[in-house]
Amino acid sequence: MTKVSMRVNGKAVTAEVEGRTLLVEALRGPLGLTGTHVGCDTSQCGACVVHVDGKAVKACTMFAAEAEGAEVTTIEGMANADGSLGVIQQAFQDHHGLQCGFCTPGMVMSAAALLKDNPKPSEAEIRHYLEGNICRCTGYHNIVKAIQAASGQDVAIAAE
Amino acid sequence: MPKDSGIGASPKRREDVRFLTGDGRYTDDINVAGQAYVHFLRSDVAHARIAGIDTSQAEGMPGVVRIFTGADFEAVGGIPCGWQITDRHGEVMQEPKHPVLAHGKVRHVGDPICAVVADTLAQARDAAEAIVLDLEELPAVIDMKEAVKDGATKVHDDLTGNLCYDWGFVEENRDAVDEAIKSAAHVTTLELVNNRLIANPMEPRVAVGQWEKGTGDYTLYTTSQNPHVIRLLMGAFVLGIPEHKLRVVAPDVGGGFGTKIFHYAEEAFCTFAAKECRRPVKWTSSRSEAFMSDAHGRDHVTKIELALDAENNFTAVRTETYANMGAYLSTFAPSVPTWLHGTLMAGNYRTPLIYVNVKAVFTNTVPVDAYRGAGRPEATFQLERVIDKAARELGVDPIELRRQNFITEFPYATPVAVEYDTGDYHATMDKLIEIADVAGFEARAEESRARGKLRGFGVNSYIEACGIAPSNLVGQLGARAGLYESATVRVNATGGLVVMTGSHSHGQGHETSFPQVVADMIGIPDDMIEIVHGDTANTPMGMGTYGSRSLAVGGSAIVRATEKIIAKAKKIAAHIMEASDQDIELKDGKFTVAGTDKELAWGDVTLAAYVPHNYPLAEMEPGLEETAFYDPNNFTYPSGAYACEVEVDPETGKVTIERFAAADDFGNVVNPMIVEGQVHGGIAQGVGQALLENCAYDENGQLISASYMDYAMPRADDLPMFTVDHSCQTPCTHNPLGVKGCGEAGAIASPPTVVNAVCDALQRAGKNVTHIDMPLSPARVWAAMQGAEPTMGAAQPAAGSAGSAEGRSLHGQG
Repeated sequence: MTKVSMRVNGKAVTAEVEGRTLLVEALRGPLGLTGTHVGCDTSQCGACVVHVDGKAVKACTMFAAEAEGAEVTTIEGMANADGSLGVIQQAFQDHHGLQCGFCTPGMVMSAAALLKDNPKPSEAEIRHYLEGNICRCTGYHNIVKAIQAASGQDVAIAAE
Repeated sequence: MPKDSGIGASPKRREDVRFLTGDGRYTDDINVAGQAYVHFLRSDVAHARIAGIDTSQAEGMPGVVRIFTGADFEAVGGIPCGWQITDRHGEVMQEPKHPVLAHGKVRHVGDPICAVVADTLAQARDAAEAIVLDLEELPAVIDMKEAVKDGATKVHDDLTGNLCYDWGFVEENRDAVDEAIKSAAHVTTLELVNNRLIANPMEPRVAVGQWEKGTGDYTLYTTSQNPHVIRLLMGAFVLGIPEHKLRVVAPDVGGGFGTKIFHYAEEAFCTFAAKECRRPVKWTSSRSEAFMSDAHGRDHVTKIELALDAENNFTAVRTETYANMGAYLSTFAPSVPTWLHGTLMAGNYRTPLIYVNVKAVFTNTVPVDAYRGAGRPEATFQLERVIDKAARELGVDPIELRRQNFITEFPYATPVAVEYDTGDYHATMDKLIEIADVAGFEARAEESRARGKLRGFGVNSYIEACGIAPSNLVGQLGARAGLYESATVRVNATGGLVVMTGSHSHGQGHETSFPQVVADMIGIPDDMIEIVHGDTANTPMGMGTYGSRSLAVGGSAIVRATEKIIAKAKKIAAHIMEASDQDIELKDGKFTVAGTDKELAWGDVTLAAYVPHNYPLAEMEPGLEETAFYDPNNFTYPSGAYACEVEVDPETGKVTIERFAAADDFGNVVNPMIVEGQVHGGIAQGVGQALLENCAYDENGQLISASYMDYAMPRADDLPMFTVDHSCQTPCTHNPLGVKGCGEAGAIASPPTVVNAVCDALQRAGKNVTHIDMPLSPARVWAAMQGAEPTMGAAQPAAGSAGSAEGRSLHGQG
């Protein structure tokens, strides 16, 4: 077991991990942040996307030990300081961009990374960017709309 | 103006807040103090005799608590099947034992052999690697038609063969159908495969078993669509635990799509092992395990014949289907190709004579059971494909051929034993033609041609039977369960309500939509109502969520319980206001006395119910809590019409969906936003089946699509924006909400729409391709184009490369 220290959602944390422990396992286990989900074992589904030093990373693709000293943001760190939903989260609710909610944390984290690099993405750019995030419930229609809305583009509210 | 609350409004989903902030509580998020972890050592071959299991080295490994094998489960029952089919000769189906851990033989890749319980998951996995198995491999039974031949290797040595049942429906019509086909002016025949699929909810299955030494009580946390059903099946048939000593909790569940209906061996294992080990035991499926242990879907091989008279009226339908059961009978498996499929073969059409034959077959593959639509997609696909083919053969417009044969008078009793209460198939077709902009197709096709692409238009109609179902009817058909739904409505003293429902929400948004119904009935805000579901300890016995039944059956139970609440509340109000309860009206949360200015707030009455100082105690008990069990008297029949435009790249065979439109009739709609979301998701799964998804086994029974690298899930850039409409509404006549169910429509109606569109694109380009088996991968479409003759009567193209089973029983197909 080795000790790994990082900052998660702005807080300094430390965990005891094995060399083989994945970042997602450390987040969900010793660090108690179960919002980041595991949907596959081949790094395809994107349910575990978090931000490491500002970049979107599938937390199943790196060892916890590799995050030593890193700044990690998870879905638990995406709400506003007053606890209200952040812009992207709010857009997902407004546009019914989630159903079962399991892929949602990864979707929100990917969407945040996309909008950081591309503040006004087209529908095609959003769809292309989300290639690494699988959703089985929504058919992506409302996820695309939510991300367009979060970027300030004009989108009709769901079912009006 | 859209409403902002109650029935017909689209309030934002309250459950979203926790899902969007990481505060959802899924089963894998539950950790019980002292829990151990189990790892299952699964068969990596399809069929073998277990000659030896040597666990001696593994038992001494660090952290190992105990290693279980099939021998440890000899005293407990097998995993039960919930539906018994009687075949066309009056014989009941063959029903093999399904042990919790394989005993004697393994029968599919993924069949669990040993279960290693250890302090950590990593230790359990490490120890499993040290187990030495001696498996004597046997020939794998993969091809269904080979499986039922004399002398075929048997999946179960104690059965007479691999045929589970040979079902005929309606058997008395068989000769008349044969005669009608013989004497028809035209018969269109189509042989097709409904490809095997894997449901793939994004949350893999999880089970946490717990046993309390002090009380002898068991708790199972599990990823289930129906916790009461699991409690009954596992308690009564597998482990012998009375229901009052067993609590089953299905908390937030990350999608189900059918595959989380069934009772699985891992649930029974964790519950059993918790007592044996005196520790809670947790199992979290990896995605790889999910591929080889979650029940699969579809996998039918079918020949359908459609007979028409000289005026193009449908006169008869005859189908013969081989349905793969896999190695064991999953919970509802036998019902899917029979009662959920045969009864839908009339579709939207006035076909007077129908005969359906289904041979269910055991193979060395993962068990197959209900997946979104369950039987109805298989029925719709055959019918809507053969109608399209008939239209081409006859040179008539596929929409007009459908319209000519539409059922237009309701109620309509089909020749396959169901009665449609309402519908308007012309209305949904009219709406579809409008929203799909059919008039603009030619211009778009020209634009595609200019870019070197082949554009095609596909259309279909569908009907489904939802809201399963009258219990006395399904009992006659072989169900070993009732199919009612339950609700308890508890009104608190201060006026808020808790609605405890037997339905389960795993993405459908019940926590938002169910309160809309109750709020409307009482006239109070939605947020005064809380929904409780998913825990057998605090909900009445319910059958759960599947078959688009939650609102039609579960919602109706809520209506009935709320009606009882209102009736009692009116009596209390009448007492307080010194009036007759016949004169009391409840509107906008206020009780009034007709013809007077007396009024009483909802909260005054609820308080009186629990502080009964001024209360008719001689006539009524205090309190305001009511339960209702709603048992429907018919299925509901959602219907609609779908259209799709595709582009085919003639160089590569790649198909892209350019436009997709759906006009559905779901009867009344409670939350339009949620309904549209359900349709979107169904369309994506239907397009996935048509273009991408294929669960493939090789000829040795090896599962070769066992990860997301090999099984093509629809991604965001595989799909367009969808145009959906639910404004055609013919309310259901027999449930109090007039609702029909919307969860499966997209998955049912989309596959034939897509295949019809691709065939249309190729036909327009002069390629006489009349069918391609799903998924319509670039390789298959390209091969079909190359093999097609530019004249009528071309042979069907081969679905796949020679020598490969491509996922099922393709020998003899075509």
